[in-house]
Amino acid sequence: MDFLHILLYIQIGLSVFCLYRIIRGPSIADRMVGIDIFGILVVGICAILAVVTGRTFLIDIGIAWVILSFIGTLTLAKYISGKKLNE
Amino acid sequence: MKRYLALFIITLLFWLLITLSLSLANIITGIAAAGVTTLLFGRYFVRKVGKFLEPRRYAWLLAYIFVFLWECIKANFDVAYRVLHPAMPIKPGIVRVQLGIQSDLARTMLANSITMTPGTIAVDVVGDVMYVHWIYVSSEDPEVYSRKVSGRFEKYIEKIFE
Amino acid sequence: MASTILIAIGVLFNLFGCIGLIRLPDVYNRLQSATKTVTLGTWSILIGVLVRYGFIDIGVKALIAIPILFFVATVSAHALVRGSYIFGIPLGKKSVKDDYKEQYEK
Repeated sequence: MDFLHILLYIQIGLSVFCLYRIIRGPSIADRMVGIDIFGILVVGICAILAVVTGRTFLIDIGIAWVILSFIGTLTLAKYISGKKLNE
Repeated sequence: MKRYLALFIITLLFWLLITLSLSLANIITGIAAAGVTTLLFGRYFVRKVGKFLEPRRYAWLLAYIFVFLWECIKANFDVAYRVLHPAMPIKPGIVRVQLGIQSDLARTMLANSITMTPGTIAVDVVGDVMYVHWIYVSSEDPEVYSRKVSGRFEKYIEKIFE
Repeated sequence: MASTILIAIGVLFNLFGCIGLIRLPDVYNRLQSATKTVTLGTWSILIGVLVRYGFIDIGVKALIAIPILFFVATVSAHALVRGSYIFGIPLGKKSVKDDYKEQYEK
């Protein structure tokens, strides 16, 4: 077992913290914070996975993931502040 | 018209950088994607595109990146200390900060920089005032905390984006 | 070797950010801790990838991801703070000051 593998498992394990916040969060905003942070953590997972497996396309997946999660967060933030999406 | 052209060139360069191949098919796809993006979002782009051609701004940008990274690392140790301390020394609040710069792009960049630095998140901009959520409100005097929150970056941002 | 150290530092900062996500009392402080620390941790991981591979395609893509991540993290943090304030989530009990309230109620 490589040191990088251990780091990869720790990084994947960190998403449990975000899941805790998503499940237990007292309000909708707490859940959204959890989702937002989870989206950034996935980029780190993809980057370490690219180093461990040596496949370069995983970085592309990370970039696409972070942009999609950004759009999702903005949509939810607009929604809870009570506005239409084109304002 | 000029701004559409500038946005087209920047988007195409970004596409080539992100795919990193110079085959004909890739360049044609890039031109198509950049054209669609330009038609959709060109009207939101900056007005004075001549600013992109002044090398002085890039020199300041380079200096600013190092200042910003240093502040960012300091911010992280600060946050880590507050999180790991058993008693959690936090004193949060939303404060009012006076802005010294005018243009929209510069204000956006200032707000982004403030969000990444020790204990502050930009909440809203109304007129000349920025509202900032601060994790440890260390002083009651508006002068002092305006300088503490935005003073470090304002002169760089002014040189780069104004 | 240097790349492994950078990646380890990044994972450590991500761990601090996630502990903050659990421990801090209200949504604004959680966002404070999480957005900064997790973003810098992920930058550190990406720089580790760049150091390991140099300027070939994977390294350049990791370098491009850094400014993208900067804009994504800060803009979504701002949108979340403003959205949850307008939604009516109060500041935590420890809060000492709220200048935004009078502006918002106008």
